[in-house]
Amino acid sequence: MPANPFNNQTDYGIGIGLRVPHYRHILEKKPVVDWFEIISENFMVDGGRPLEILDKILEQYRVVQHGVSMYFGSADKPDREHLKRLRTLVKRTGTPWLSDHLCWGSVDGRYTHDLLPMPYTFAVAKHTAAKIREVRDYVEVPVCVENVSSYAEFHQSEMTEWEFLSEVVEMADCGILLDVNNIYVSSKNHSFDPYDYLNNVPHHRVGQLHIAGHTKYKKYILDTHDHPVLDPVWQLYSHAIKLCGHTATLLEWDDRIPSFDEVHHEALKATRFLGDATRPSGKAGSAAEPVAA
Amino acid sequence: MAEALFRPLSAKDGLQEKWSDGRTTASVAAEFVKSNSRLTPVERLEIYARSYWFRVLDCLYDDYPGVRAILGDRRFMKLATAFLAQFPSESFSLRNLGSRLPKFILDQPAFTVPQTLLVADMARFEWAQVVAFDGEARPLLTQDDILDAGPKLRVGLQPYLTVMECSYPVDEFALALKKRDAGLRGEASNALTAMPAAHKSARPPLPRAKRICVAVHRQNNILFFKRLDPEAYAILTALRAGRTLSAACASALRDSDPAIDWAARVREWFQSWQALGWFCRRSSHGRT
Repeated sequence: MPANPFNNQTDYGIGIGLRVPHYRHILEKKPVVDWFEIISENFMVDGGRPLEILDKILEQYRVVQHGVSMYFGSADKPDREHLKRLRTLVKRTGTPWLSDHLCWGSVDGRYTHDLLPMPYTFAVAKHTAAKIREVRDYVEVPVCVENVSSYAEFHQSEMTEWEFLSEVVEMADCGILLDVNNIYVSSKNHSFDPYDYLNNVPHHRVGQLHIAGHTKYKKYILDTHDHPVLDPVWQLYSHAIKLCGHTATLLEWDDRIPSFDEVHHEALKATRFLGDATRPSGKAGSAAEPVAA
Repeated sequence: MAEALFRPLSAKDGLQEKWSDGRTTASVAAEFVKSNSRLTPVERLEIYARSYWFRVLDCLYDDYPGVRAILGDRRFMKLATAFLAQFPSESFSLRNLGSRLPKFILDQPAFTVPQTLLVADMARFEWAQVVAFDGEARPLLTQDDILDAGPKLRVGLQPYLTVMECSYPVDEFALALKKRDAGLRGEASNALTAMPAAHKSARPPLPRAKRICVAVHRQNNILFFKRLDPEAYAILTALRAGRTLSAACASALRDSDPAIDWAARVREWFQSWQALGWFCRRSSHGRT
């Protein structure tokens, strides 16, 4: 039975990101991996090696698409060419859902290629939700939006980030890709309790979880994805599993990428938490009681 | 916020002190960004500005190793920064970031003198590699297509194929760089399978001016480049422009040496191009 309408892929366990340095190892050794997450934009091309590799991966593995440039929070309308290419890729991969970030990153057709924080206002939430609906209706698969790590807050904001996230996903009627590392990074950068965040998002909408490493600087923490997952993030992850039930989980490791085996080993550490999680019984919002931070 | 990101960084890799209207950047940032106990508004904004510029510069740095080798890192960064300030990304994909770089180099020669033509050739050559890497491959032209159309045949060239005329032998220079960066390759292959990584060792000598024609293409999803005779280049260019097979050959060979058996040579070229899979049906809107 599915946990909820957004977390109905309960047979998806722990996945890792499909990255170029691992292509040869994966294709030659064919390691047992539950599923791979791909960056959609890397494969929204017309031909050549990227699609050849993807097709070989698809012969043997399940793939879930994760985007980095839909920019639900940008004022611009969704780019039609982007949408067309995304839909073509969705048909190719058979992704059961796709995700992108709750952020903005383009203005007047110019792209920053970054995940920029949004002012948390009701007007922005309404605009963002409408855009998520438009994208979902076009690509015809469920959409999960991911909370980003951030380094700036705006005077304009009218609510907390988790209230904003909740507002958007309720209005869009979409899922959440909850990145617990991003929650931790932002909590340190903006001085809030990460458990307040975790406890107050709609858990029945969480369709996927992200874990990753980060880097501590003197005055802030940067979401670098170039380290193993740190203990405070594992603790948050453990709590998230208690709240959300068994949820597809993905380790992000995007820079200074070690061997495939090392990345996979790190990802599989999530088993000790995920393995304990009760398989969802179909009750929406059947989360465990929040645990104090 | 976007204005802060798209303006080039200061010499110290921070935000410029003055905003575009003359106010201090610190005062503008404070109007919309909150401070916290450790960072001022402008410091928080700077994290994003640095991230933006490092990302887009890094992308060009990786995609244009030949341009970088010719100019050296410092001049390359000046060129790239000026280019990105005028032409920020207009695509959801960073793949397209450098598409307008060759034209910018010619329009703004101050960044590249006295090597402007060489740099522009190399930028075109390296952009062609981006196209060859993941450009579309259309269904091949079949023998039946050729026989049915006869001399009036208009063939398409694969979108991933670029044929270009250069003032410098940039293909040789690229190969020399590749060998420097990755060690000697097999003598039988001139394949470029990946962009070279940054390297500190001595740069190969810059090429002397010499007009060449070259095709940048792929075979089995591996990048190759192939020298073309000027007449072969002219035929392929005419075909891409939509001329019929017979018209393309006639115009390309109009002033050619009559002592050469062009019929045999053209037949040989076409057999080779057909075998390489360069010919495809023209798209309905005529562009190949």
